[in-house]
Amino acid sequence: MANTVNQRVVTPEHLLFEAPRTKAFITGSEAASEAVRRANVDIAIAYPITPQSETMERIGNLFAEGYIRDYYRAEDEVGAFSAISGASRTGVRCMTASSGPGLMRGLETIASWPGHRLPLVFLIMCRVINAPLSIQPDNLELDYMLTSGNILLHGENQQDFFDYTLAGFAISEKCEVTLPVAVAVDGFFVTHARAWVEMPSAELKLPPRDCYSEAVPMIDNENPPVRIARDAPIQKSNFISYQMHAAWQQEIHAAHERSRKWVSRYINGLVEVVNPEAETLIVASGSAVSQSREALRQAEEMGKKVGLIKVKSLRPFPTAELRAACRHAKRIIVPEFNCPGWLNREVRATLYGHSEAKIADGPRVYGGITMPTELILEWLFKSE
Amino acid sequence: MNGNEYRVKPGPEGLLPPAAACCGVVLSEKGQGLVEGALKSENDTLRVMARELLTRQNPTIFPGPLVLWAWREGVADKAASVLELAHEIPGVRIIPMPDYRPIYPKIDPEAVINPCHPNLTIWHNKIEVCVFIGVHCHFANITLKMIRAGTNCYTITLCHEAGHEDSMASLPFADANQVRALTETIRQLKREGLRPRYADTPGILLTAAQEALSQGLVWQPAPVAQ
Repeated sequence: MANTVNQRVVTPEHLLFEAPRTKAFITGSEAASEAVRRANVDIAIAYPITPQSETMERIGNLFAEGYIRDYYRAEDEVGAFSAISGASRTGVRCMTASSGPGLMRGLETIASWPGHRLPLVFLIMCRVINAPLSIQPDNLELDYMLTSGNILLHGENQQDFFDYTLAGFAISEKCEVTLPVAVAVDGFFVTHARAWVEMPSAELKLPPRDCYSEAVPMIDNENPPVRIARDAPIQKSNFISYQMHAAWQQEIHAAHERSRKWVSRYINGLVEVVNPEAETLIVASGSAVSQSREALRQAEEMGKKVGLIKVKSLRPFPTAELRAACRHAKRIIVPEFNCPGWLNREVRATLYGHSEAKIADGPRVYGGITMPTELILEWLFKSE
Repeated sequence: MNGNEYRVKPGPEGLLPPAAACCGVVLSEKGQGLVEGALKSENDTLRVMARELLTRQNPTIFPGPLVLWAWREGVADKAASVLELAHEIPGVRIIPMPDYRPIYPKIDPEAVINPCHPNLTIWHNKIEVCVFIGVHCHFANITLKMIRAGTNCYTITLCHEAGHEDSMASLPFADANQVRALTETIRQLKREGLRPRYADTPGILLTAAQEALSQGLVWQPAPVAQ
């Protein structure tokens, strides 16, 4: 029987970049579960409700097949995200998934993961936050994730969902990082739709988590250095204790900075730049990148040169890369699948004082509306 | 140099100095070290560490749980190498960071250093140079930030993993060989004529609390300030 026992351990570099790949026509949910199949996961924890997607159900099948060692269904998202906190503290490799309202329900726990220095992978299939009730795609929940302390990658398509998920485990468990990695894609467009995904053999898997080489001790009552529980500081003492909390928060931001090297290595850079010499640029992340690629092609047919910057990592944000890529830009638009325009806000804050480009406040769609390429083209050439 | 001008100097830097990693300081690779935020060769880093340990006031080694318990192969030898290092630093003290739990109502600064209140141990013992070894990186990092914020202590880290941007001198992936290399560098500086600040104070100094224990007296923690 094919299962994790029979898989061969290889380095993350080999699995991500060197191993021969074959193509499969699969959904984003299937791509995520295929990544988990190769990730040497110890436990998956979920509140596997529809319409999040079928991802966690497929990962349940992986448990039945023997590719993951344990599977726990929690009573709700608070339970799932709390349980994964406990699992990660014991030193095992773990993952969970959620979206929209479920993510919001567990947000307090999600925001506690980085402070507890918990390596884990959290898959997000973005969908509308209620109300009114909707199960359609919209990535507003990523706005809340931006300040949660989690590393946050935003995949464009099914291939990214596969690659970023695998990379997420490798990034999360680096000692100088030791942080949760959230891998987000836009629901339905990616999770429910099929596309070609290139994958290495399922006979390969990542090395197991090396929990004794991380930034904090894990709970292991058999080993003396770990009998010391990692109690969080309690602010009931004096000034210094408050300062410890401040230093603790600084350390999370410092760990994000240290993660840049590994995020860049494992997902091939924090950004992808197309037509860097163009003066009119699109900056986008997630599914908006795919729509922008098509808009860019249509613009070229019209004889217009347009550039595209795909933001792959939202945290850490590609500050230096974006400033360099926008150095010669005169006009920038930021297509997004959410109402407030969180990426637009990030781009403006990053380029303030570093670019003379006029940054348009859109285009944006939300509530489940798709992004027509005509809308992107209209915004691109509005000023003309 | 790593193209970054931010320097990690001894404090006190003020209430909340920024994390060095957020100011462009990057960790060194194996075979290199960080000195005040700049990349240096391992040998250069060791020489800086050795000089500071021999010349600053009240040198102190802070061993953490990763070298205090023989919890896996090689740790006992590494602990032995730390003692060898201590014997080459005249007037050195050894004050452990045995765990990371908050200690209430107040730590005994002659018995331990604690990541919740590291400044108290530095201030109480007037420590102006210290070595952290065997402390988990997260707790070392927050401790280093607080020491730099509120004290003038020169912090040295011999890290078993990737190193520490917030210490003044840091060596990554340091096993017993690197510790012994530091010991040998100290011997070399002495041979080159450097007279240690405490050359007339042989051996490892005990704090009053440690002295009481070594004499079999009933030890009482330092009185708590009301």
